[in-house]
Amino acid sequence: MALPKIKADATEARLSALTLPSGAEWATKARKEALARVAAMGIPARRDEYWRFTNPADLTAPTAPKAAVFESGEAPTFAGVDALKVVFVDGVFDAEASDDLSMEGVEISRLASATQQDIHWAKDVYGVLENRGQTPVERPLAALNTAFATDGLVIRVTGHAPRPIAITYLHKEETSDANLHHVIKLEEGAEFTLLEAGPAAARFNKVTEVDIADTASFHHVRTQGRDHERRAVTGLFARLGTESKFKSFTLTANGILTRNEVVLELTGDDAIAHVAGACVGDGKDFHHDDTVFITHDAVNCESRQVFKKVLRNGAVGVFQGKILVKAGAQKTDGYQISQGLLLDDDSQFLAKPELEIYADDVACSHGSTVGAIDETALFYLRSRGVPEKAAKNLLTLAFLAEAVQEIEDEGLAEEVLARMSEWLDRHN
Amino acid sequence: MLEIKNLHVKLEEEGKEILKGVNLTIGAGEVHAIMGPNGSGKSTTSYVLAGREGYEVTEGSATLDGVDILGMEPEERAAAGLFLAFQYPVEIPGVGNMTFLRTAVNAQRKARGEEELSAADFLKEVRAKAKTLNIDADMLKRPVNVGFSGGEKKRNEILQMAMLEPKMCILDETDSGLDVDAMKLVSEGVNALRSEGRSFLVITHYQRLLDHIKPDVVHILANGRIVKTGGPELALEVENNGYADILAEVE
Repeated sequence: MALPKIKADATEARLSALTLPSGAEWATKARKEALARVAAMGIPARRDEYWRFTNPADLTAPTAPKAAVFESGEAPTFAGVDALKVVFVDGVFDAEASDDLSMEGVEISRLASATQQDIHWAKDVYGVLENRGQTPVERPLAALNTAFATDGLVIRVTGHAPRPIAITYLHKEETSDANLHHVIKLEEGAEFTLLEAGPAAARFNKVTEVDIADTASFHHVRTQGRDHERRAVTGLFARLGTESKFKSFTLTANGILTRNEVVLELTGDDAIAHVAGACVGDGKDFHHDDTVFITHDAVNCESRQVFKKVLRNGAVGVFQGKILVKAGAQKTDGYQISQGLLLDDDSQFLAKPELEIYADDVACSHGSTVGAIDETALFYLRSRGVPEKAAKNLLTLAFLAEAVQEIEDEGLAEEVLARMSEWLDRHN
Repeated sequence: MLEIKNLHVKLEEEGKEILKGVNLTIGAGEVHAIMGPNGSGKSTTSYVLAGREGYEVTEGSATLDGVDILGMEPEERAAAGLFLAFQYPVEIPGVGNMTFLRTAVNAQRKARGEEELSAADFLKEVRAKAKTLNIDADMLKRPVNVGFSGGEKKRNEILQMAMLEPKMCILDETDSGLDVDAMKLVSEGVNALRSEGRSFLVITHYQRLLDHIKPDVVHILANGRIVKTGGPELALEVENNGYADILAEVE
């Protein structure tokens, strides 16, 4: 079906500003196929079903809107964690600031070099999981990323990774427009934790594909910090094998626009997938969107979505979460909760929870709430001598902390809580 | 200690007058009880004194050691030494009981210009005080009042009182939702806190709480006014004959 003219023109305008990177045959093939997907789908527009609450114009414009660099003076969130450190500055790998890419039980290389090799395991994942995630909902910006990303990390984990990999994304150029694409493969029984922190670029498009083999576990914790003017769209695509585990948590504060998509496919029995997010939104320029799609295609799997957003001064929070249970995915246990805490009358929380179930023996529940600070609790705290502002902060932190509890590693959870409370304080 | 003069209060939204000229003076170290039928204004009295929103004072005053408290924020009243034990202690998911207590204690100390308690000192003190109230460590770790039984919630109120060391304690229907054993335990906690410099205002429907917390003075509140004041025997009279006789006698 031909695209409407407006969309076709916008897509052409966007694509004409880009050239396909050169590489090995498999990489070129994957990129060309991705480009064909973008051309067929067209870049997203406000009228698309999953972009009704979020205007994609800044993400699809031929050039990135300027974003002043924000000097927070803060150390990156996971600076204190014992991890292999990797730094990207405006989407460009910084070898000097990064550790050697070597760790026991883990093969790590850059996408830039992997895509030059004639034979590479990444061939079976690169663009493959992204492509699977295009049905039933189209995600053209992820395909765009697959076509044009030149760098990222390519990680294969064969055992228990002794340390996490911590990626820090720094933003130093006002007009930087970065595409990064990570490919992660966990072999049977492998365990791996990925940490990500930082605002990345004036405009950032990132795709992470994670292929999780049977009984493997993937943990992911990220913070998208206080860079007021940046725009970002991220896509996290994962396929889960039998008895595998996927856990992802994201803390976001500020940024003009953030769209985090998580697309999971549970293909093996007894798999577990948990996705959570906490967001501190401040100001009418703040727009934060979590769009999650979890497909159950195996028996006895569990999925859980927990999203909390605190919004003030006209900030907008969006949650679009879907659980799709395919016929045959019996004994599915699906849970989804999204909650907005509005600190004033100008802010908005827009939620679109969806369940689509074709199996008859499943337990799926979802809830979505939006409200203000509980006045009774506030009075209770104040009657004990806690000043109003501190009491509000305590209640706000408590509200968000329920999402942070989804992080399994206590040390990492504390790290995130500390950062969250710092960000909350600064926004008062 | 606490002096309430000609206090008139109406509900902000409905404009309905609840207190119609309450006069009450509680001396240092005294325990006063307010009894009264439903709707007489008992809970309103406690909320107005603690500073809850939704009430408008149209006339009269309330002072704590000579200082007007009605113009203060709730947290300032707390720092000045006022404490309200809630009839329905509030559940606060996500806030640990220990965090809550430490925040409150240190906020009050800070407001009074005192040094904040270190985490270690605080822990030592809270453990010792919890033990006397039969509060186990698990209750301190859980979120404030979440999933607590009625008795646990009230014991938690008394623990807060013990930690905050107020000089004027208001107990709003502390006996509600308690079985006999729990009431005994809570009362023992209160009695342990009685001292020369600390006064209590015990608000209750029933005389039975006053068997455990013995008042010096008993007031009967009806239709927004204190209609009768007497000794502990007044509580017994209510228990035996109900409020009707007293009200009839007053009218």
